[in-house]
Amino acid sequence: MKVMVAMSGGVDSSVAAALLVEQGHEVVGVTMRLWGGESDTGCCSVSDVDDARRVAQQLGIDHLVFNFTEDFNEHVVNPYVLAHTQGITPNPCIECNRHVKFARLSERAALLGFDAVATGHHARVTADTDGDFELERGADRNKDQSYVVHMIDQAELSRTMFPVGGMTKPQVRTHAARLGLRTATKPDSQDVCFITSTGGRSTFLGTRIPFRRATMVDTEGVEVGEVPAVEMVTLGQRRGLGLAGGGPKQFVVDIDVEHAVVTIGDESHLRTSEQTVRNMSWVRSAAHGASFGEVLVQCSAHGMPQRASVSVDADGTTANVSWLEPQRRIAPGQSMVFYDPSDRFVLGGGICA
Amino acid sequence: MNAADTLTYLDHAATTPMRAEAVEAMLPFLTDRFANPSGSHRFARSVRQAVDEARDVVADVVGCSPGEVVFTGCGTESDNAAIVGTQRRHGGVGVCSAAEHHAVLHAVEHGGGRVVNVDAAGRVDLAALAEALDDDVSVVSVMTVNNEVGSINPIPDVAAIVREHAPRALLHTDAVQAPCWIDLRSISRHVDLLALSAHKFGGPKGVGVLFERQGTVLEPLLQGGGQERDRRSGTHNVAGIVAMAEALRLADIERADETIRLTALRDRLVDTLMAELPDVIETVPRLLKIAGSAHVCIADVESEALLYLLDEAGVCASAASACASGAMEPSHVLAAMGVEKRYSLGALRMSLGRTTTDGDVDNAITVLVGAVRRLRGVTS
Repeated sequence: MKVMVAMSGGVDSSVAAALLVEQGHEVVGVTMRLWGGESDTGCCSVSDVDDARRVAQQLGIDHLVFNFTEDFNEHVVNPYVLAHTQGITPNPCIECNRHVKFARLSERAALLGFDAVATGHHARVTADTDGDFELERGADRNKDQSYVVHMIDQAELSRTMFPVGGMTKPQVRTHAARLGLRTATKPDSQDVCFITSTGGRSTFLGTRIPFRRATMVDTEGVEVGEVPAVEMVTLGQRRGLGLAGGGPKQFVVDIDVEHAVVTIGDESHLRTSEQTVRNMSWVRSAAHGASFGEVLVQCSAHGMPQRASVSVDADGTTANVSWLEPQRRIAPGQSMVFYDPSDRFVLGGGICA
Repeated sequence: MNAADTLTYLDHAATTPMRAEAVEAMLPFLTDRFANPSGSHRFARSVRQAVDEARDVVADVVGCSPGEVVFTGCGTESDNAAIVGTQRRHGGVGVCSAAEHHAVLHAVEHGGGRVVNVDAAGRVDLAALAEALDDDVSVVSVMTVNNEVGSINPIPDVAAIVREHAPRALLHTDAVQAPCWIDLRSISRHVDLLALSAHKFGGPKGVGVLFERQGTVLEPLLQGGGQERDRRSGTHNVAGIVAMAEALRLADIERADETIRLTALRDRLVDTLMAELPDVIETVPRLLKIAGSAHVCIADVESEALLYLLDEAGVCASAASACASGAMEPSHVLAAMGVEKRYSLGALRMSLGRTTTDGDVDNAITVLVGAVRRLRGVTS
């Protein structure tokens, strides 16, 4: 097959490319230039592009750089900034996968005659006996990234490859070391690529939107302090509120962005048995109007999945989650991903309302 | 990879292959004649003679006296030496056109200068230029030939305006794309400073020229041994200088014939593409540009995707300049010209040169027509 492999310059995608070459595919490496501004790795992450290119050279495959900065701004950065003005906390990596990697890049690959797009994600694509595709957790449960790629549908799965999905991270690094790849010991990237570790989220947002001070009240409405930027507050947040210690732990339990009021309270005020999920996508299309008696729902990249029943509206876009045991409310904008009861297969996912 | 055998090379504006005569000319200075021309022994003097003779040749083609020729490390250095060197010596601000090469544009912007609009062909807007000039301006830079779209600026008209509206300012021209197409003697007499780069006319990479009119005083970029009459310190790249002079001499001799030959090839290339493919625009009218430039904008196609398919078929072309990562940047030249985005997204620069043949044009047409149809989803 002719495979386009997205190479970030990290060890996982380096090994993904190497495995595809070993399997005899015709492989071309592509590094996407996504962010034109400041980042931890320098202007347009040139050092990461260098790493990707050098690995490609070592593997004897072509390497290209695609400039998707406009798409990234339009679909990831601008919505990210806007959401914070609305009290919403989005996951930009998921939006990048949804709109750039498994859309823009994949469309371009198809246009250029590639049979598949591969990435270094720790997830697995498997075909069942009917020829349908399943999206399965990666073999390394600690590094599993099925959560961030949950939005890939059947059509897209049919042309998606995750070559390292069946390996553990140590196996990936061992393989990279055995091949002498320069990225073998490169640390994992942790953070949002367009936010620097020195400036953080507040610097990034502070230069793009006006911050508004917010009054902090308790659940009785009594003023207990203030926060410098309501745009920086997330539901469920506990740290950075400037509260005195002692007493039960206090959390942000409500954010009224319009009136710039943040309500804090103890954990009981966060507990809920219901959660609405919008913008649902499904690995299989058959979920419209369905009810799932028991699924596992994961609410962050490495969060513990919790048991719930789910009912889906007729057009499949909204799901109502009923937790078997009450959970802390999930911040609006976060992705909630449903897995089958065996906790192996992604059913679908969406964005917490 | 042997370019001649496997590739259809239409990227001569990026770099053009070295002439065999230039390679021949430089070899002795990479081997036996290795002396430093600034030395005081007979071995050094003989190498010094080669540099002096190269300077005579360059001066003859540029149309200046040998003392006005300064050898530099590249075209970018020459542009920077002209703009930054003027500002450091004389203060004031720089003025340039919005379609300049980044070697000029960034140098002017870095010095707090002024950027003047261009017309739809990428030529400096003369009225806007006059408007931007005053006594604070110490250097004006307008390129002879645009590196992306190939348009030719009216340097004599530019000079008249500069002399009238900023009589104390120096006029610099980045003539890096000019030597194969335009007689430099017709340009140099209007300007104070002029930049060249050897690898654009069959010389090696890593050597350039700055013509500095007699009486022009700049602050040198480099402090050091005072070579080039204190105008450019650093040991001479003797082999490069000698090869550059030979390449420039030959380009000058062949210019008229090559221009006729390549005009015909370029016209056939562009005419055929536009006949075969709907919704393709020729970015700059042919009368306003050099013979070697075929620049088109293809609607509903993305340059990056198109370049991939061309590359896959062995056709080397380009779109705009690349950033440090290697990604294509949206063209500041097309933006300044006001080209609609629907077209500028599909920009394609094919640049022809001395080694371009009929067969190259045939092949480029076949590949390009097929690639565009494929990207547009047209079954041919």
